[in-house]
Amino acid sequence: MRRRVFLIAGIVLVALVVGIALVSLFWTPFPAADTTGGRLEGPGAHHLLGTDKLGRDLLTRLMIGARIAVAVGLGAVALGAVVGGVAGLLAGFANRWLDDTLAALLDILIAFPTLLLAMLVVAARGASLGSAIVAIGLAMSAIVARLTRVLVKRVLAMDYVTLARTSGVSWPRIVTAHVLPNIWPTMAVNLALQFGLAVLAEASLSYLGLGPPPPNASWGRLLQEAQSTVLTAPIGAIAPGVLLVVLVVGVNLLADGLRDVADPTRRGHR
Amino acid sequence: MSLLTVSDLTVSTADGRTLVDGLSFSIAKGHRLGLIGESGSGKSLTALAVTGLLPPGLRASGTVLLDGTPVIGANERSLNRLRGRVAAVVFQEPSTALDPLMRLGNQVAEPLRRHQGLRGAALRAAVASALEEVALPARVAHAYPHEVSGGQRQRAAIAMALACRPALLIADEPTTALDVTVQAEVLALLDRLVAAHDMALLFVSHDLAVVGKVTDEVVVLSSGRAVRTGPLRAILADPQDDYTAALVASARRLDEALGGAL
Repeated sequence: MRRRVFLIAGIVLVALVVGIALVSLFWTPFPAADTTGGRLEGPGAHHLLGTDKLGRDLLTRLMIGARIAVAVGLGAVALGAVVGGVAGLLAGFANRWLDDTLAALLDILIAFPTLLLAMLVVAARGASLGSAIVAIGLAMSAIVARLTRVLVKRVLAMDYVTLARTSGVSWPRIVTAHVLPNIWPTMAVNLALQFGLAVLAEASLSYLGLGPPPPNASWGRLLQEAQSTVLTAPIGAIAPGVLLVVLVVGVNLLADGLRDVADPTRRGHR
Repeated sequence: MSLLTVSDLTVSTADGRTLVDGLSFSIAKGHRLGLIGESGSGKSLTALAVTGLLPPGLRASGTVLLDGTPVIGANERSLNRLRGRVAAVVFQEPSTALDPLMRLGNQVAEPLRRHQGLRGAALRAAVASALEEVALPARVAHAYPHEVSGGQRQRAAIAMALACRPALLIADEPTTALDVTVQAEVLALLDRLVAAHDMALLFVSHDLAVVGKVTDEVVVLSSGRAVRTGPLRAILADPQDDYTAALVASARRLDEALGGAL
């Protein structure tokens, strides 16, 4: 029952941010590049959450930021899950030699700080939303691959896989029928964790000026721009910070809930 | 011609340790053979080698002929043609032999779908009769492994193994993980089904009393070598070597304690 509450809370929080992102595609209070407002206005009837130091509407920028956060989270997780998942499956199935090589490569990749790796990609491709997604997704894929490899090896050592082989079931069918369902509950939780980290990583990249360029307003960039005025207009820093927390916590709750739905052995035990 | 012929089977690790050493035996169609030995004697490895399922890092040499087809050195595709149809395996631990995330009915359906090409209603009917055959209630088809008892899990595993009517059933300690009362039921079930379908049986166990319930011919293994081969009665009456004598003595002690009839 408690689990169910977490799942619903997760759905609500994530839906809130995704809803904001979707609305921003059709409508924002002001155009993204509108600077007609006064500088650092407080919250009021005209600018609901006030303006930044260039006179841009804060709510407008937050809504566009939600779009970027969701895009980066989904894009990076999708890229990381596919690249990392395939690499991990390969390593899990591979012979000793290939497996050792892949594992060593992964360890080297993981030893690289994510942000440094991301900066490398951004340096090579230039700062854009796509660069941020590719950079974060690739860094993530190493972590996903290592987890997948371990999980796959554990499933392959099970008697039911041996039995499936003794009854002549083909490898592709073993992967789809046994391996993927059995690694999914753990993977789902990890991917949700990675989603949260991806959103945070994008915020960090933007904070360093390496994210999507203006007038794209990612939450990290909002935080960075609000840094110098945090004492006079604290809402500029608080609002994107709160939304970041809402999204990351929401996704984690959602993933926990989804794992319980995906795993019948956990049902009805709480 | 015998169904399974093993001659000079040797299994060794990559660093040269020999785990099974020059083992030879054969099983004719419809006959039964028990493989007895303590843990580490190589009996389970022999069962795996016979179906070409040795874990990576272990190498088998010698000759294993399953229904006339060589197993050692054969590729996966020709092995797949043998597995399930010619030989099927029941493992010791039903909780790891069944996928925890798949309903039992679907797991029983897998070999039927694969080997008999059944789909839809015909497949469901075949699953139902496979479960009925091992005396499982029909509702078990919709249950996950953790929702049924250990004995029921092992019955489901047996149903999977028998689904394609293999000519040879390989049972690797099939009752060791079960309660004593459930053991007797599962053994009786195996015995009845093997007889009913005229299957050959390779029964692997450390337990003389258990083997004695299903087969008369045994091979006694010690450190990977066959130390005795012959009818169980003769071995009980005259163990000859020390290892077999110790095995028989311990079985008798257990049996006496339980008031049995060895």
